[in-house]
This record gives sequence, C-alpha cells and structure tokens, in this order.
Amino acid sequence: MTYAWDFMPVLRHLDMLALGLVNTVKIAAASIVLGVAIGLVLALMRLSPSRLARAPATAFIEFYRNTPPIVHFFWFFYALPVLADISLDPLAAAILALSTQSGAFYAEVFRGGIVSIEKGQWEGARALGMSRAQLMRRVVLPQAIGRMVPPFVERSFELTKTTALASTLAYGELLYQAMQVNSQTFRPLEVYTVVALLYLVLLITASALARLAEQRLTAYR
Amino acid sequence: MTTTPLLEVEGLHKAFGPHEVLRGIDLAVMPGERVAIIGGSGSGKSTLLRCLNFMEVPTAGRIALDGRTLGRRGRDGGTVYPESELCGVRRRVGMVFQQFNLFPHRTAIENVMEALVTVKGTPRAEARARAEAELGKVGLSEKRDAYPSRLSGGQQQRVAIARALAMDPEILLFDEPTSSLDPELVGEVLRVIRGLAGEGRTMLLVTHELGFAYHFATKVVFLADGRFYEVGTPDEVLKHPRGERTRSFLARHSEFAF
Ligand SMILES: Nc1ncnc2c1ncn2[C@@H]1O[C@H](COP(=O)(O)OP(=O)(O)OP(=O)(O)O)[C@@H](O)[C@H]1O
Ligand SMILES: [Mg+2]
Repeated sequence: MTYAWDFMPVLRHLDMLALGLVNTVKIAAASIVLGVAIGLVLALMRLSPSRLARAPATAFIEFYRNTPPIVHFFWFFYALPVLADISLDPLAAAILALSTQSGAFYAEVFRGGIVSIEKGQWEGARALGMSRAQLMRRVVLPQAIGRMVPPFVERSFELTKTTALASTLAYGELLYQAMQVNSQTFRPLEVYTVVALLYLVLLITASALARLAEQRLTAYR
Repeated sequence: MTTTPLLEVEGLHKAFGPHEVLRGIDLAVMPGERVAIIGGSGSGKSTLLRCLNFMEVPTAGRIALDGRTLGRRGRDGGTVYPESELCGVRRRVGMVFQQFNLFPHRTAIENVMEALVTVKGTPRAEARARAEAELGKVGLSEKRDAYPSRLSGGQQQRVAIARALAMDPEILLFDEPTSSLDPELVGEVLRVIRGLAGEGRTMLLVTHELGFAYHFATKVVFLADGRFYEVGTPDEVLKHPRGERTRSFLARHSEFAF
C-alpha cells in the first residue's frame, strides 16, 4: 500500500497551527511560572521542622502524584464552578490544573536538590557562624540549583506535553487546532505528523537552552 | 595569678537516642593551651569536639566560653540554646573538618572570604585582602583563584584552615585534619598546624598522629567510653601511661615515633 502524502492542504492552514503552538507555549509558560511558585512553597513546607507544615504539603503532593492529570482538568473546569460558584474559562482551568499538578512535582525536584547537598556543606557553613538563611542562600541553593536543572527540565517537558489535554476543554492549543485543521482537510496523517514535528522542535529548542543553563550553573565542577 | 579558662566544660553528656556517647566530660582549657584528644574509634572524640561548637547540642552539662556560661535555663530545667547565640559561638570557635568541607562552587579565596562577608559583614575589598593574607600564611597565594576540585587534598585542607583563621576564632577545633589525606600530603598540613601552635593559639585537636600530638600538645586526653580515662602532659599520657586501657591503645598504635 502506498499512501500519497500531500502536505499542501495542511500547510495552507499553517497559521492555525502556529496559533495553536503559541497557545501551547502560553499555557506551558504560565503553568511553569505558577508551578514553580507553588513548588517552592510546598518544598519549604516539606523541609520544615514542623509537622503541621509538612503534613498538608505531603498530602497535596501525594494527591497529585496518584491521580491522572485529565481528572484535574475536568475538576477545575466542571467541578470547581459548582463548588465555588466561579466559572473558569478553559485557559484558566488548564493553567490551574497544570500548575497545581506540576507544583507538586516541582516541590519534589526542589526538595530533592536541597537534600542532595552533602552534610559536610551544611556543617562547613554552620561552623563558620552562618544562620540557616545565610547557608541556604550562599552555600546550599547555589549548588542545589545546578542539580535541580535536569529533573526540572524533565518535569517541564512532561508539563508541556500534558498541555495537549487542554484540547478536551476546547481550548485552542496545538492539538485542538490540529483537530480543527483535520476536520477541514481530512488529512490526519499529514496534520498529526506536522503537529508531532512542531512539539519536537519546541522541546528540542527548550532542551538546548536548558543544557546551556545547566552548564553555566555547574561550571565550577 | 588567676586566669579564667577560655573554655570550660562541666559534666558534659551527649546521647543519640538511647546511645550515650559522652558520659560526663570535665575540661578546662586555658588561653594558649593545646589539647590533643586521642582514643579508639567510636569513643566519642568527634562528638566531644562537635559539642564544643554546637554542631551537636549536648544532652546535659555546662559549657562556658571566657567565663560566660552558654545557653539559658529552659522551662523543663534543661538548657536551651538559641540559634542566634550558637551562631555567635561558632564565630568564636572555628572548626577544621576531616573532609575539609570547602564550598566547591567558590574559588579558594572566595571560600576564605565567604563568611567574612556574609557573617561578619566585612566589606568585600577588606575581606579579599584578609583572605589573601590568610592564604599566604598557609602557602597558597598562587592558588587563590583555583576551585577546590583543582586542589590536592593537602591544599584543600590548608584553604579550610585559612577559612577558619580568617574569622579570628579564639579557639580552633581540628577533627582528624589529616586522616583523609594521602600520606605524602600529611606533612604540609601538620606544618601549618605547628605554625599556629607557635603563635600561641588555643586549639583542640583530635588525631591519630600520636607522634605529632606529642610535640604539638600541652595536654593530652585519652577518651574511652565517653569519659576522660587519662589526662596529662604528652609525656605522662603518651610515654608513661598509667591506665591499662591507655597502654593497650598505645600498643596498638606503636608505629608512631616521637
Ligand atoms: N549523629 C549521630 N547519630 C547517632 N549516632 C552517632 C551520631 N554521631 C556519632 N554517633 C555515634 O556516637 C559514637 C561516637 O562517635 P564519634 O564520631 O564521636 O567517635 P570518634 O571517636 O570520633 O570515632 P572515629 O575515630 O571513628 O572518628 C559512635 O558509636 C557513633 O556511631
Ligand atoms: Mg571522629
């Protein structure tokens, strides 16, 4: 069987796909920023000596680790309005679902980076009279950040791919736009090939940037 | 002449859970005294040293610096040590570790400057000049811009000593400073420590280098089972030990030469 590839009809709708790509980047970027903020708070809570701070953070993280992301999307879009009497547009629901979920994962990335710093570093700093805040800022975090980059990038890629779920809320990100183009062109092979390539280009560019950042942060090794 | 001890320890206990490591240590260190602490593995030498700069908080007992007892009485009768007070103590009691614990993301000179700037608030230019002087003293001026990963163990330990000295500590604690070094690098670190003795610094040193301890110390303590089993001059403890356990410990370390 030979299939006659014809990308022309798809390329004629490239503007729709480009818009989808922009929207995908938009959800991903907003969710990463918000997720980092949520993750920092959760990580600090989990590192706290107080059980009262640790327990809710642990519960939050476990909840998100053990439930599928699509449920979060539906929950924020369909359930939250019923409960809280606020209705979210698809974009807001998608960002909330993604940033809370990735916040839970980022928290583990941050915490993991911090606790991976050898005991000797904490002691070396403490023995010089540094307070906890000083040793965090000057000794632990500068080293931990370098170690956080690879798992952070991994999580962020996961997140970027998960943005495709926003299509289920009829938000015009890349996959949703692709479905629209498909229904106009009836060229699923070409459409989804192009879409796959677009995701690929996006993530490869991002990973090159991340490698650069990591090299800078760990140049002292 | 009456002088207050620079460091005074009374009835010091330290337990980790049910495991009692230190069981009543009494010690007075006069300004300029150099104490060598020896003893078998697991006898509590490191734990004792670490209690003195509060890397470990004692379970019971009293520690006084320059005549002032540290901590304050808590509601349950025990002593509480506010973190801010402990930061202050650690500035006055410097520590050099077996594993150096240099900051790998900072160059040699930045390692020495770090606490001057962060903890003492010394202006950077002044801190840099001080750090250069300290690196000069340990013979590492030309390595000032090297990262620790580019230094030998002996050089790293000398940077660590310079880092501790830059804070102008009243007391210096050394926990087996040469134990993780290749044999040929031990000498350069011991020379630096001997130089500090010549300056009349107050120091406590945990070591297995008994030959060095003999020449270095003004007082030697042999620690066994969390207590001072034998205390005396280097001559008394190392050459004419009275206790049975001191003798058998020394016999096991008979390779040292005075
Ligand atoms: N943080 C800790 N938690 C639990 N137990 C500890 C801790 N630190 C030390 N110990 C225990 O206390 C005892 C004394 O340890 P310490 O490190 O003081 O011995 P040491 O005399 O320095 O031995 P070495 O010559 O091997 O360095 C050991 O049995 C050790 O396992
Ligand atoms: Mg030890």
